[in-house]
Amino acid sequence: MSLVTPPSDSELAAPVGGRGRVVRFWRLARNWLPSVMFGVALLEIWEIGLWLINPDRFALPRPSDIALTLAENWSVIFAATRVTGFVILTGLIGGVVLGVVMSFMVARFRAADATLTPLALMISAIPIIALAPLFNNWLGITSSRSNQAVVVLMVFFPIFVNTTKGLTQVAAEQVELMRSYASGAWRILHTVRIPNALSYFFSALRITTSLAVMAAILAEFFGGRQDTLGNYISQNAQFTRYEEAWAGVVAGSAMGLIFYYSVALLERLVAPWAKLSRG
Amino acid sequence: MVKSSVSEEPLAVEVAGVSKTFNPGRPSEVQALKDFELSITPGEFVSIIGPSGCGKSTLLRLLAGLMRPTDGMVRINGKSALQARLNLEYGIVFQSPGLLSWRTVSKNVELPLEIMGWSKARRRARSAEMLELVELSGFAKHFPQQLSGGMQQRVAIARALSFEPSLLLMDEPFGALDEITREFMQNALLTIWREFSMTVVFVTHSIPEAVFLSTSVSVLSARPARIVKNLSTDLAGRSPSIRDDEEFFRRVAEVRKVLRG
Repeated sequence: MSLVTPPSDSELAAPVGGRGRVVRFWRLARNWLPSVMFGVALLEIWEIGLWLINPDRFALPRPSDIALTLAENWSVIFAATRVTGFVILTGLIGGVVLGVVMSFMVARFRAADATLTPLALMISAIPIIALAPLFNNWLGITSSRSNQAVVVLMVFFPIFVNTTKGLTQVAAEQVELMRSYASGAWRILHTVRIPNALSYFFSALRITTSLAVMAAILAEFFGGRQDTLGNYISQNAQFTRYEEAWAGVVAGSAMGLIFYYSVALLERLVAPWAKLSRG
Repeated sequence: MVKSSVSEEPLAVEVAGVSKTFNPGRPSEVQALKDFELSITPGEFVSIIGPSGCGKSTLLRLLAGLMRPTDGMVRINGKSALQARLNLEYGIVFQSPGLLSWRTVSKNVELPLEIMGWSKARRRARSAEMLELVELSGFAKHFPQQLSGGMQQRVAIARALSFEPSLLLMDEPFGALDEITREFMQNALLTIWREFSMTVVFVTHSIPEAVFLSTSVSVLSARPARIVKNLSTDLAGRSPSIRDDEEFFRRVAEVRKVLRG
């Protein structure tokens, strides 16, 4: 039982040896076990509940049926998820590049701040999903380009706002300190501003992964290629094949989790301190 | 000491006829300093004390060359304040530690050395030395957020001293600390000051702190600030136990009297 007690500060400082690994394992288990167990319990309640009251299997399939459908249609769903995953990934990259580049310009040039910031605010006011059918018209209804455009717009704003904040809201005494070391704007940028912005950037990126997944699937409801996850879900739902539709949703959720934890992993590699800063 | 050698050595700090006005000509105009004079000879520990908002921090920033005076002259070690800043002739410690949260404790201490272009091995060695000095050797690999406020401020002091500047500027460095930590830090600072034989300019709100630490205390008036009185507070054989001496209380009372005007 004593192994489960939280490690003290001195243990954090201790070198990671055999005991450290055991402590780590238990900490991991302690963090994950409750939510995993809760999730399993929910599925059980869903399954057993439906079995007891036995409603129309049509409206809400049992988890076991969904799992079975998922397994049966694995190759189709997996292929569709990959297509949509690519849309999400490219959209994320596009939105991040756009947002970060604009952040640097706004943080550096007052004129850019005056012109680009209102523009960004305007974009944020648009219900972006509503643009999906219009983008289809511009960028072609049979390719993924219009879907990618929707994801780019969705991702851009949170990235832009947060990165700008991180670049500009630097503690005054940190800037004074750097100046006391005879540092100029360039040095302050890469020694203080950029590292400061990284934790803001990653907070935004975490949020945007789920936004991007949602935006991509929604955009695919309106058009794009035929072999996407969004299309798979909407088509099956239309033809009352709800088990297939649910299987598609499960695949979408799994992909969302993969994106989210990939970002978390990236953050750990690039900015391991950010986790501490968040407290 | 031979007299001629004293006159050859430039003053550590020389402020002559300095005025500083913020937002001149606007309704928000504030005159922080007017015709300010201050001379500090090398090796002194001078505390600047005065009512809050009187321009103490402004004075320190003028000394640091982080701000230009509206009028007058600021010289550090015989050079202009700006030149002294560009030469990295002083270390500075603010009220908040201002550590970079993405750098480990030892990397924070190494920051000025990195900027000065020291080799990695030399930086490492010096930072280890400095952390030993402020009794934080075991925390080199920690991140600042894992340390208490007092420990963070010790890191900031180690960072300021890492390149052995001849002058240390401190802006209420212990203002945010609790009383016990504060006394510990004061004792540590005195030890360091003796060891490094440097000049310290120390801005503070606390009268006992000023008296305990300094060779002399400059009491400032309300805005626009000028020096009301320089009091010698060089208590013989200063040690932590002096805080309980009658002589110490007498000096504290003296400063308080001047502050009240």
